[in-house]
Amino acid sequence: MNRCGFVHLWLLGSGLLICLIFGVTKVNGNTALTHQEPHPRPPASNSNVNQTEHGHDASITGIPIVTFKWHHVETPYIIALWILMAGLGKLVIEANHHVTNVIPESALLICCGFLLGGIVWGADKKQTFTLTPTVFFFYLLPQIILDAGYSMPNKLFFSNMGAILVYAVIGTCWNAASLGLSLWGCHLGGAMGDLDIGLLQYLLFGSLIAAVDPVAVIAVFEQVHVNEVLFIMVFGESLLNDGVTVVLFNVFDAFVSLGGSKINAVEIVKGIISFFVVAFGGSLVGFLFGLLIALVTRCTKNIQIIEPGFVFVLGYLSYLTAEMLSLSAILSIVFCGMCCQKYINANMDERSVTTVKYVMKVLANGSETIVFVFLGISAIDKTIWVWNTGFILLTLLFIFVYRFIGVVVLTWILNKFRLVPLEFIDQLIMSYGGLRGAVAYGLATMLDERKIKEKNLMVCTTLIVVYFTVILQGVTMKPLVTWLKVKRAAATELTLVEKVQNKVFDHMLVAIEDISGQIGHNYMRDKWNNFEEKWMSRLLMKPSARKNRDYVFKVFHKLNLQDAIGYVTEGERRGSLEFIRNETAFVNFKKKFGEDFADVMPDITADTSDDYGAMSVMGRDPVPSVSLEMHEQSTTGVREREDVNTHHLLQQHLYKSRKQHRHRYSRSHFDLNRDENEVQEIFQRMMRNRLESFKSAKMGVAPPKHISKHSRKDQQHKMGNEKSMDKNKSNYSGDEEFEYSEGDSACGFEASGNSFPMRVSYRAGDGIENPAFNPDLDPAEQLQIPPWLAEAELDNNMVAPSQRAQVRLPWTPTNLRRLAPLRISIRSNDSFMMADNPDSQQRDDDSLPPPPPPPQRDGGHM
Amino acid sequence: MRRSSCRKQDEVLIDRLEIYQMFPVICVSVSTAAIIRLHERFEFLDKDQTGQLRPEDLSTLPKLDFNPIGDRIISAFFPPGKETLDFASFVRILAHFRPTDKNHARGGVLQAPASSSTGKLKFAFQLYDQDGDGKISRAELFQALRAMLGLRVTEEQLESIAERAIQEADLDRDDAISFDEFRKSLEKVDIDHKMSIRFLR
Repeated sequence: MNRCGFVHLWLLGSGLLICLIFGVTKVNGNTALTHQEPHPRPPASNSNVNQTEHGHDASITGIPIVTFKWHHVETPYIIALWILMAGLGKLVIEANHHVTNVIPESALLICCGFLLGGIVWGADKKQTFTLTPTVFFFYLLPQIILDAGYSMPNKLFFSNMGAILVYAVIGTCWNAASLGLSLWGCHLGGAMGDLDIGLLQYLLFGSLIAAVDPVAVIAVFEQVHVNEVLFIMVFGESLLNDGVTVVLFNVFDAFVSLGGSKINAVEIVKGIISFFVVAFGGSLVGFLFGLLIALVTRCTKNIQIIEPGFVFVLGYLSYLTAEMLSLSAILSIVFCGMCCQKYINANMDERSVTTVKYVMKVLANGSETIVFVFLGISAIDKTIWVWNTGFILLTLLFIFVYRFIGVVVLTWILNKFRLVPLEFIDQLIMSYGGLRGAVAYGLATMLDERKIKEKNLMVCTTLIVVYFTVILQGVTMKPLVTWLKVKRAAATELTLVEKVQNKVFDHMLVAIEDISGQIGHNYMRDKWNNFEEKWMSRLLMKPSARKNRDYVFKVFHKLNLQDAIGYVTEGERRGSLEFIRNETAFVNFKKKFGEDFADVMPDITADTSDDYGAMSVMGRDPVPSVSLEMHEQSTTGVREREDVNTHHLLQQHLYKSRKQHRHRYSRSHFDLNRDENEVQEIFQRMMRNRLESFKSAKMGVAPPKHISKHSRKDQQHKMGNEKSMDKNKSNYSGDEEFEYSEGDSACGFEASGNSFPMRVSYRAGDGIENPAFNPDLDPAEQLQIPPWLAEAELDNNMVAPSQRAQVRLPWTPTNLRRLAPLRISIRSNDSFMMADNPDSQQRDDDSLPPPPPPPQRDGGHM
Repeated sequence: MRRSSCRKQDEVLIDRLEIYQMFPVICVSVSTAAIIRLHERFEFLDKDQTGQLRPEDLSTLPKLDFNPIGDRIISAFFPPGKETLDFASFVRILAHFRPTDKNHARGGVLQAPASSSTGKLKFAFQLYDQDGDGKISRAELFQALRAMLGLRVTEEQLESIAERAIQEADLDRDDAISFDEFRKSLEKVDIDHKMSIRFLR
């Protein structure tokens, strides 16, 4: 049934696609649009264009209300349509999980390309759209490579750098040379009939097809989840050898144009030198641009909106600069991404980092999709197909065999030096993972037909190799990995202990190397880390970011964020709106000022999982002046939250007008609480008492020492809270109190009251100690407990309800304009939590905009 | 493949013979070349040529001085109550950092060799467990963290990190990490990989 549904969906999607395509191609056919430069534009349509264009200026007979200006938008329109097409293709493909489980997406996209190409061919009788090298190398490839570089696991990469370089450089050269020479040998032996290809051309062909393609490799290996070492080997190799292959290609291209006779030893040496210059020069350019990005993002505090743009623009510029200097553009952008990643992640605002990540992924994924689709489309073109069985089959065979030999031999050498030798199975997967892709095709189409007579044969062989490797090897990769029992990547959960331990391992290994007097890998890494810390970080990182860059601490931070989000979600599930509102504000704030807040974070975890009672009594610098900014942040930030959850929450609860919100809220829950009327009555009274006691006890009482003891009790509660929460769900908070607070909306001190009850509820929610306001909590210790737990106790204790009532007090219509102070109070509340030393506490008190409400008045209004 | 493993076994045999000759009590299977190199190093470290290392000999290493947990590592070389270290113990300690040898692991040795992942973990564990009570208490973890994270993070943050780490690993809720809990929490870490040094192979 399910499967049937999928099939239907697929059919529907394909149908839709086809319809769209026909629409597009029809238009294309009529107006003969082209992507291809050589394609001539029919004169009729040209004159049409002219007519319509001139028609505007010259002969205005009347003002046309609507004009159809297709040619005006033609090119961008077609481009956008193709992008949409590719995207839709991917959508349809991804909707069919049982298909993508078997056949990798890249292969399906190519097939989709066949389909689309067929349609275009059918409509146009000619392939109007093919992947041109310009489009590919300038507009599609850079973002894919930048993304790969940016999301490269640097540590893993550099610890396997040697092996990767060996594979990428020596392996690729070996592939190119062996393939070229063997094909030439076969040619001489007469295996492929009459071809006009010389040795140099064979080597050129070998060099363009030697490289493993990162796009194809990422696409296939991402779905297979092999272990990280194997992945980084294949992936790193594919990235670096792109650079190598382009360099080789250029060198051989130059040789070919030079002609065989003129090549002497000097030229060959020059070629080798240029190889290294191009490769290392490109990397250097990338490195410099990476540093530049880091430097720029260091000072973009005031233009946070566009700071993600710098990353892309400078990344692209590094590509273009390298290209301009005829250095390796691919290596350049890879290293650019790798170098800047650490610094920009630290320098930029967290939201900008998220933006960069997402945009990067969108661009890379989009381009990748388009590349594969166009690889498919390009095949449906009669003009490029030149069949030579010998050439094509031998190429396929040699590629496979030489790749295997290369990997095995190189690994055998490398294993002598590696700590953890690569096993034979890994080698098998590595050699099998030698997928060729769009880079090879792009290079093949760049061949000059005047110099290489058999260009079309090479292009078509390249295409076949690409299809063979991507589709056939792609499809069989997964079964092979399963069958060979290749070590898979373990789905790891982030744990603090592990991270701490990793750090210990690092230090330990360095120490042992020191003691045993070896200069090894760890030693080098340590040296680099020290250097990096001393100079690069100082230069490239914001001082504020530097303070907080410790890895373990970041993990800690992340874990706490996770907890916080989980906590919010949990709370939301219980319907405890009030607490959520505080919570989200808090999360947001914390992300913003992670460093200042770091110590507060345990408090979040405290109430979710353990007792942090003693913990949270810590002396921190309160940040009173930041309060206003926080408000700004939380409002501007609303749209850009990274966590869907929190984002959602903020949009729903924080950004809206309180009044509207409150109404909606209380209305929707009205039925639930109606029977609670008398309870509310009691609440009111109790609350009055509470407020009185609060006032009397307000000033300067130290944080209660029983907290930790108490929260231990919480913990026990926690165990059972699942049940109790459910039991008491109908009982829960917010609603009834809203009714109530509406009643006393007139209270003049509400606004100032805000800060207080918010804090209380907040505290209740988060278990955060707030020294200044602890006294009022003393009588009702339940508030230590998260709201739902507090409600759980509601049954047997009347005090809790009253406390809740008190909490709800300020949410009144008259308060609406006091939103800002309210936020501020949240804010300062946060800084409160950092304060336990009396003077900072004092400061916090001062920073609180309004004084706490005198309870009598409050009561009087009620 | 087979041939290489044969060769390896021979090597191991030779190693063991040599080591037996040198110090019959222990049998760590560090390769001969490595032993020779280590011996040179040992003599270099042993400034007063007594054949015994003292903690001071190690702590004068300039780089070790910068190592945040250098002193812990040094003290790990000296079992409690012992002030000196002979070459045999030196090698025995370093043997923890051999890459785990799969062929050898269940060879003639009765108990798991130091280079097994349990041995490695024990070594790592004792770096934390300064008082040797078989548990990493919160204070001990805090000390270790402070040594490593140093000034970058405030005491309070450190404390909360320690707290959280304990909480993560502490299964029986005794507010400390026992060795079993420690091992469990690091189950997913490739200890063999992370705690091995190439030249000791």
